[in-house]
Amino acid sequence: MKITLTVNGEAYPLDVEPRRILADVLREDCRLTGTHLGCEHGICGACTVLVDGEAVRSCLMFAVQCDGSSVRTVEGLAGPDGEPHPLQRAFSAEHALQCGFCTPGFLMVAAGALEADPAIGDSPERVDGLVGSNICRCTGYEPIRRAILRAAREQTEGERDGGNR
Amino acid sequence: MKPAAFDYVVPRTVPEAVAALGDAGRKAQVLAGGQSLILEMHLQRIRPELVVDINRIAGLDRLSVEGDTLRVGALVRHSVFESAQSAPGPLGALFARAVVNIAHPPIRSRGTMVGSFAWAHPASEWCAIGTALDADIEVHGLEGKRVVAARDYFHGPYRTARRPQELITAVRFPLLGDDTGVGFIEHRRTHFCFAQVAVAAALTVRDGVIGEARIGLVNCADRPLRAGAAERALIGVEVGPPVDGHRLPDGHPFAHAGRIAATQDAAPLAEPFADVEYKRHAIAVLVGRTLCQAANDQRSRLAQPKGDHK
Repeated sequence: MKITLTVNGEAYPLDVEPRRILADVLREDCRLTGTHLGCEHGICGACTVLVDGEAVRSCLMFAVQCDGSSVRTVEGLAGPDGEPHPLQRAFSAEHALQCGFCTPGFLMVAAGALEADPAIGDSPERVDGLVGSNICRCTGYEPIRRAILRAAREQTEGERDGGNR
Repeated sequence: MKPAAFDYVVPRTVPEAVAALGDAGRKAQVLAGGQSLILEMHLQRIRPELVVDINRIAGLDRLSVEGDTLRVGALVRHSVFESAQSAPGPLGALFARAVVNIAHPPIRSRGTMVGSFAWAHPASEWCAIGTALDADIEVHGLEGKRVVAARDYFHGPYRTARRPQELITAVRFPLLGDDTGVGFIEHRRTHFCFAQVAVAAALTVRDGVIGEARIGLVNCADRPLRAGAAERALIGVEVGPPVDGHRLPDGHPFAHAGRIAATQDAAPLAEPFADVEYKRHAIAVLVGRTLCQAANDQRSRLAQPKGDHK
């Protein structure tokens, strides 16, 4: 089936079988291997990407469902000049990753939530809900929680200082 | 594993979807949120020959108040109910208390409430709420629309009154009045587990006396249950002063109702880490706690100015 995916702003005209999940098409057809596949059961969240701005498990969506949709993966987080996203800087500063396998999923679930509601840092229980969405076997989650809060804080402070982002 | 090959159609209208499902030669599955279906297809426990993707049918994502009912279209995602304002009054509050127990945000942004009714897992929060509140399920087939009451709809795990050629287009809930307080409490082993037991409750209280009680039991049988015997034991009972649900005295009417729900209403099935005896104990405790939560909710609703129900 012929579909068009817009991934990180770039249009990919593709011919895919309906049975193929979005994660596989992103990795194999678009060659964007930043999206990781862990459990393929919707549990671990390593494959989380944004589809039309909303965080979804790319292992629990068929690529054909996303025909005409805009997909954002971890490769699309950094700025055009390669400047890391505030979340990426915060993950680095808080040591929110060790092996890094789960990191793309955590970054994308946090990016989706931060873009939908920049004030999410004010409700720690919602940040807990986000951190609880995915599985990390290295960090024990606390540094990830701190990193998301740090990025949220930086973002709101940046806006207060005149939006120098 | 990966899903086996299937044909894929994207109808634009309900009649087109029903026509596609009516193709009796092929085993078809409706794809809405897909958060259970696609997992089962990964495991190849479900191998449809045809997948009917209803996500592009206009209007199915509507959530609307019609008279004294809330109509939830087949494409309304779980995440909509995270706001207590999604539905008027106590019904919205009940949904908001329940929805946080459904998986996590990236699943809730895709999965649908109506999909939970279609899937009919015994541990589904929505299905027990629908059963307790006497929801109606709207089903479209080749012969037109029919409405099935929740009490007649669930036949067992994953088994419902929906025929394979039919599409569920909506579920309708009765709105709850401001004299009603709601509660929802779930018990599970870890954040990533399904409910071992969960309870939904709605108590209608007039002049301090319970006039109507609705108790829904999640994963307390092979299907969602309404705890009728426990509800009857509550009618005419004075709610009394607030109590701590965690240390409910044995003689308290809510503790009594919990014991009735556990012994007379529930028919729990043994699971790993939860045998029947354990489940009955958990049901009794949780029903008591949820009733306390509902009574407290009703009290705080009374204390608020009329019409301002959050």
